[in-house]
Order: sequence, then C-alpha cells, then structure tokens
Amino acid sequence: MITLPMLVALAGLVLIVASGRFAALRDGLTVATAAAMFAAVLQLLPRVRDGERPRLELFEFFPGLGITFEIEPLGMVFALLASGLWIITALYAIGYMRGAKEKHHTRFHAFFAVALFSATGIAFAGNMFTLFVFYEILTLSTYPLVAHKGSEEAKQGARTYLGLLLGTSVAFMLMAVLVTWWLAGTLDFTPGGIMAGRVDPAHGSILLVLFLYGIGKAALMPFHRWLPAAMVAPTPVSALLHAVAVVKAGVFTVLKVTVYLFGLDYLGELVTSTLMLYVAAFTMLAASLIAIRQDNLKARLAYSTVSQLSYIVIGAMLVNSVAALGGSMHIVMHAFGKITLFFCAGAIYVATKKTEISEMDGLARRMPFTYAAFFIGALCVIGIPPLGGVWSKWHLMMGAFEAGYGVIVVAFMASTLLNIGYLIPPVVRGCLLTPKDGGTNGIREAPLLCVLPLTLTALGCLALFFAAEPLAALLGGMLVVAPVP
Amino acid sequence: MLEHLPALQVAIALTVAPVVMMLGRAPRLSWALTTLACWATLAVALLLFVRVADGTVISYEMGGWEPPWGIEYSIDAANAWVLVIIGLISAIVMPFARKSVEQEIRTSRIALFYSAFLLANAGLIGITITSDAFNIFVFFEISALASYALIAMGNDRRAILSSYQYLIMGTVGTTFLLIGIGFLYIMTGTLNLGDLASRLPEVSDTRTIRAAFGFIAVGISLKLALFPLHLWLPNAYTYAPSMVTVFLSATATKVAIYVLLRFVYTVFGFEFSFVDLAMAWLLMPLAVLGILVPSLVAVFQTNVKRLLAYSSVAQVGYMILGISFASALGLMASILHLFNHAITKAALFMALGCLVYRLGGVSLSQLAGAGQRMPWTMGAFVVAGLSLIGVPLTAGFVTKWHLLLAALEAGFWPIAAFLLGTSLLAALYVWKVVEVAYFREPEQPDASIREAPLGLLLPTLLLTASTIVFGVFGSFTVAYARTAAAALIGGAP
Repeated sequence: MITLPMLVALAGLVLIVASGRFAALRDGLTVATAAAMFAAVLQLLPRVRDGERPRLELFEFFPGLGITFEIEPLGMVFALLASGLWIITALYAIGYMRGAKEKHHTRFHAFFAVALFSATGIAFAGNMFTLFVFYEILTLSTYPLVAHKGSEEAKQGARTYLGLLLGTSVAFMLMAVLVTWWLAGTLDFTPGGIMAGRVDPAHGSILLVLFLYGIGKAALMPFHRWLPAAMVAPTPVSALLHAVAVVKAGVFTVLKVTVYLFGLDYLGELVTSTLMLYVAAFTMLAASLIAIRQDNLKARLAYSTVSQLSYIVIGAMLVNSVAALGGSMHIVMHAFGKITLFFCAGAIYVATKKTEISEMDGLARRMPFTYAAFFIGALCVIGIPPLGGVWSKWHLMMGAFEAGYGVIVVAFMASTLLNIGYLIPPVVRGCLLTPKDGGTNGIREAPLLCVLPLTLTALGCLALFFAAEPLAALLGGMLVVAPVP
Repeated sequence: MLEHLPALQVAIALTVAPVVMMLGRAPRLSWALTTLACWATLAVALLLFVRVADGTVISYEMGGWEPPWGIEYSIDAANAWVLVIIGLISAIVMPFARKSVEQEIRTSRIALFYSAFLLANAGLIGITITSDAFNIFVFFEISALASYALIAMGNDRRAILSSYQYLIMGTVGTTFLLIGIGFLYIMTGTLNLGDLASRLPEVSDTRTIRAAFGFIAVGISLKLALFPLHLWLPNAYTYAPSMVTVFLSATATKVAIYVLLRFVYTVFGFEFSFVDLAMAWLLMPLAVLGILVPSLVAVFQTNVKRLLAYSSVAQVGYMILGISFASALGLMASILHLFNHAITKAALFMALGCLVYRLGGVSLSQLAGAGQRMPWTMGAFVVAGLSLIGVPLTAGFVTKWHLLLAALEAGFWPIAAFLLGTSLLAALYVWKVVEVAYFREPEQPDASIREAPLGLLLPTLLLTASTIVFGVFGSFTVAYARTAAAALIGGAP
C-alpha cells in the first residue's frame, strides 16, 4: 500500500506516453493520474495521523542497506502537498502549454510524472540511501523539463541546473552519506537521530556542512544559482517543481537529516550548526536584496524562493522543536503562496507575452482575478494574517526567541520588510499605474484552465490560515522521540 | 565429459576458427557457426562458474600430463568470473554482429573476420584459464595477433595505422612479459603458476626476481592500458569495426588486469609485491593520473567513440586504484568493476554501433537530433551512460560505492573526494553527448533516418537492461566478487 502512489505515477507515465498522439486523451490522463495519486497518498493519512509508521523494505542492495520506505508525518505532509498541487498544476499546464504554444507536450507531461514519482520517493524514504537515490532521479527527470524549449538559453540554464544539483549531490552529499554509513553503520531515519554516541562531534560538524551544501536543492548560497537558471523552463515547471516539489524536496531533506539522522540534541553540540545558521540567515537576506533588483518577474520570484528556503534551513539550525515545527509548516505555507505567484506570472505571460515587471503597468484592470490571486499569494509569502504564511513565520520567530538568537529575530523582521519590498510593487504597478505605451486594449484574462488553478491555490492560502492547527498537530508527531527501551 | 570442460572452454573457439575461415563463400553460414561456438563457450563458462562459485578449485591436466611438467588449467572463483565476462560479451555481441559486420566489412572478408574473432576470443579465454606462465604468453600473442587483424579490417583507412600502433605497443608488452617469465624460469626451473609460487620465496631476494617482477608488471600494464602506457588504445577503439570495439573494450583490458592480479597475488604473493616492493605506491599515483587525465581528455573529444575510448582508459584507472589500496575490500571493488564496467562499456559501444549503422559515423555533429530519430538507441546510451557515471541503481554505482568504502577503510580520504570529483567529469562527457542528441536540431534534417534494426537493437537493450539489473541486485555480484577476491588472496590457484 505504501508504494501505491508511486505505482500510480508510473502507470500514469506509461499511459501518458502511450496516448501521446491523442492530445485530449493524454491531457485527461495526466489530470486523472494526478488525482489518483493524491487519493493514493490520502488513504495513508489516517494511519500516519494515528501514530502508525507504515514501513516497507523493497529490496536489499548490500547487506544492511536497501531501498526502504517508511512514512512519518513530515513525509506524509510533503507527499500530500506535492501530489495535491500536481492536480491543480496539471490543469494549469494544459491551459498554459496550449496557450503559450509550447511543443513536445507528451515529453513534458511524461517527465512531470517521473518528477512526482521521485518526489514521493523522497517523501517516503525510510533511509538516507533511498532518499539519495530518489533525489538523483528527481534531478535527472527535471532536466528535460528545464531544457524544454531547446533554445540556446534553455540549454545553458539546464546545464547550470544539472551541473550544480548533480555536482553538489555527488561531491558533498554522497560523500556525507558514505561517511555516515562508514561511521554510524546505518542510514535509517530514526527518531532522535543515529549519530549520537557513534560519531565524534568533530566529524559530525564536518558532516553537517557536507550535508547542507550537498543538498543543493535547498539553495544555500553560494550554490543557489541553479534556481534562477531553472526559470527558463515553462511556467508550470517553475510553479510545481521550482516552488514546490524540487525545492521543497531540498528543505525536506534538510529537515529529515537534522531531525532523523543528527537528532536535534546532537545537532546542538556541533559548532557548525551555528555557522550554518548564519549562512542561512545571510542567504535569506542576500537573496531578498537580489530579488528587489530583478525586473523579470520569474527571476524575482526565484530569488524570493531562495530566500524563503533559508527560513526553513534556519528553522532546522535553531535546534529546537518550535523552530523545527515552524520550518516544517513553512514548507506547506510557502508552497501555496509561491505556486500562486508563479501561476499568476504564467497567466500574465500567456495573456500578454510580457515577462518584465516594468512592462506590466495597468494590467490589473484587464486581469482582475490574476492580480487578486497575486496579491493574496504575496501576502501569504510575506506572512500577514489572515493567510497561512503567518503561522509558520510565527513559529520560526518563537523558535529564534527560545534559542536566544536575537540577531535571527531581527533578520526575520528585516526579511519580512524586504518581502514586502519585492512582492507588493508588481501589484501596485498593475493596479495603480497607467500603461506606458500602446495601452492594454485587447488583453484579456488567460484561458480558464490558467485562471481557475490560480484562484484555487489563492483560496488555499486563505484556508491554511484556519487549518494550521491540525497541520501542526500532525507535524508534531515527527518530533516525538521514542523512549529508549 | 564434464571433467573435460576446462579443455572445451578453449578448444571450441580454437577448432571452429579454421572451419569458419574456409566458409569464405558463405558469410551467413560463417556467422551462424561463430555464433553457435560463442554460445557453446558461454555455456561451458557458466557450467564452470557454477562449480567454483562456492570457492572450490578445479584443476585440469592437459593431455593427462601431471603438473608441474604438463600444462595445467585451473579454474577458481577469480578466473571463472573473467571467463563468464568473456563468454557473455561474445555471446551477446554475435547477434549484434551480423548486420553491423555486413555493413562494415567487405563480404569477401567476412569469414576471415569471424575466424579472427574466434581466435581472439580463444586467446583471451586461454590467458584466463591456463596455469602455465609460458602458455599465458602464447595465448596473449594469439589474441593480440587476431586483434590486430580485426582492427585493421575497419573501413576507415586510419584503422590500419592504429592497428600498426597497437601491434608495436602490444609486441613490446608481450616481449617484456616473456623476458619476465624467462627470468622466473631461470631462477626456479618451473613455469606452473602454483609451482612458481611455492618456489619463489627461496630466491625472492635476488635482483633477477625483482627484475622479473618489473618486466612482467610493465609488460602487462601495456596490455591493460595503464596510464601512461595507454597510447595504443584510443585509436584502436575508435577505428576498429563496431563489434570489435564492443568486444575488445569489454574483455581485452579486463583479461590483462586479471593476469596482473594473478601474478601479483598468486605468483609473487602479497608480501613480495606490496610490502617488499611497495607496489601500491607505484600504482596509486598512476591510477589517480590515469583517472584524471583521460577523463579530462574525454571531455574535449568530438568523436563519441574516441570519447568513450578515453573513458575506458580512465575506468582502467579505477580498477588499478582498487588494487592499490592493497586491501581485500579494494581488490573486491576492482574485481567487481571488471564485470560492471564490461557490461556498461559494451552497452555503450553497442549503442554507438547502432548509431554508426544508421548515421555512418558518431562525431557529435552527426548525432544532432538522434534522440528523436532513434529513441531506443539513445535511451540505451543514456541509461548505460548513467551507469558509467555511477548513478545509484546502476551497475556503475555498486562499484563506486565499494571503491569509496575501500578508500575510506584504507584512510585515503582525499582519494575518496577525488573519486567523487571525477565521476562529475564522467557526467560532463556523457551529458555532452546527450545534450547534442536530444536538444540540438540537425543541420540537414534527414527524414530517412530510422531506429536501428532489431538485430542490433535487441542485444543493445539486453545489455543495457543488465546494467540496471546488476545495479539493483548488486548483492549478488558483490558476494561473488568477495569470493573471487578471497580466492586470489588465498594463494595458489
């Protein structure tokens, strides 16, 4: 039953490829696959909520090391998030790919299914080795999506993308995984961690740095360049993969590693956890500052994502349960906010072919739904009530207080101001300024299949404000350390 | 019958070869006969493999003459492994060969070609199976002479020059080997490997034996293309006919590595090689350079066949590196890589063979658009390429993981980091090809280019699938490689 979501994705892949010649059938199957996958993930939720940890050992690779799945709350939430948003994105992708007249639809939808397959594999991984395997599949399967247009610019971007993600994961993460296996003798994700008592804190400190930089998908500076480079991809890819599945797989891995491999107590003993905390804080602020200077809307959103990912890394590095909870919640909150923003950017592109913020003056009157959704998404990312984003930031701030890092609290506040500084101006320009040249005559909202999804995710941002309590309760389960028998 | 399996292992190919040569007017028949011979040889190899898998050693006296006077064939877990590699690759390459050879070799020469192929095959098997030092030299020459002929039959005129290059270097190598064996014979009066092993300790502290070790090591290093003695290899692989490249890349260097292991571990012994002569300190720098330099060179190649040839030199570096750790784990990783690299590289060269069949060549510019035109072939190339890089769940990863563990175990942390770095170089040169094939539009689109015929495609896909199978179920090969390593370390064959 655990592998059902992944099997659904694979079956979907086969169906999508087989029906490639019949556009309508193929697109329908894509949505159906996404829906079936979400249902398959959802049926696992009650068991995990009740404290069960469904486990499956698929096969053993070497003695003691194999492909193993085990579902715990954080992975459950990540899988639900990715598969749920895939349904909406699949709808959006159909509208976008047709509206923007992109080519090679079958390849596009097929690799999307592979990407979701591997994201679920990451979510359900029972040991670090399994996670690493699916992490690499995710990198490889998203490469064709980034290079989709085949233009020189797209190929260049895809090269950066693959180079940085594959490079960091092989050079640093694989090394860290190997050394952990060598020193600790296991790679199983265990509540409370596996390092304590097995790995010398001096080695542990080095391992932490290797892990955090090895998880290139978390986009810590200076290994963040792949994310802006990935923006050459069609917008549905940027929306689901580079605001949700891929980047969240990165910070998800960070949380998994810190909570289940290092263990928060052990992590606190390491000198480098403080160091990495400051690296993440620096990334958070520096990326925001870069974002303000971007005129290209998608590039601005990309740097915003780099910054927001660091919130989650900070949550892990503050080494207390409140902050870790805040970080985990931010995975969900930011996902809804940012996917809405990307959907809007794509809708504007489909309707007007405009990509630069300075060209978008006065569009709001022509595209009211899109701009309303953009506004809501922006507020969610900034963290203003009554939108979901406020809760995760609240917990993160509380965690920083509790850990006694006044500097980090100040950094969070400064970052919030910067968020306002780069997310609100596009809305203001769209609503209040008059178009510069040629007017906005003839511009209408993007097709229904583009506008409907972004409305849904915007509503989701609102709903999360009220659904934060059950989410926090579910996620709290991951921080329970079983008493040592 | 079953006790004569060791003799049959060599004899089948050796006796069928002259018969095939006489079938000059019936090229199809010569192909069929060769295929049958290869399959029978594989069957024999598998039978032997099953018998020694638990660690037993089969000893066979050629013609009933008792060793050490007669020639002894002996099979243990280590060389049965290599026999299976040779058998497997030749059995898979034969169905592939039919169309590929018909296109690349003049019809009048096809029978000759297959005859030479069988001789090369028999030579490699003989080197592996025999326990007689002089016999090893003889079989080295048989396989080498046949290989020169095979390479020279490539339809590019540069094939003749590269064959000549290989001939010079190969002859130097085997001559060195012969001198070394001669020295051993002078000092001990025996040629049987097991007998040599038991007599050498008495005389091992002499200049002659040390010189013998040097000659043998350098001679074999030439044959296995250890950097910087690899100069013959890139040209030979590039201009040889497709199926020859597949076969040689998967077997020839592997057999030479096996012979090196046999001499180092069985004949001279671990003490003499690694402690007295400190061979590890000689091998490790060469292996590191041998991985780094050819990988860098490969990145800048525009002919994909040559690119993969340089990658082969680098992969030999990995195997030598494992040996240079002088540990059971390192040796095991090297033995593992003999097999994993054989299937990976053979699959890659087969995919190139398919491309050559349809496109006429494999320079990067010719490959533009191949991803759309020949999806299965390029798919195989990508998957096997991932195995070459060492991505998890492929055969290449199984090796890399153990090689890294061996590096950590021996305390060489920088080497472990270096290995990870060089797999990125592999990623770079594989991806260069993939990007052109999938994302570059051909300059003159040629609608007539179709997927390769099934005869070429099926063996390619089969071998590609096996890189995944042996990547996922790595525990089987790992367990076997461990037995083989134990057999080598254990002493006499």
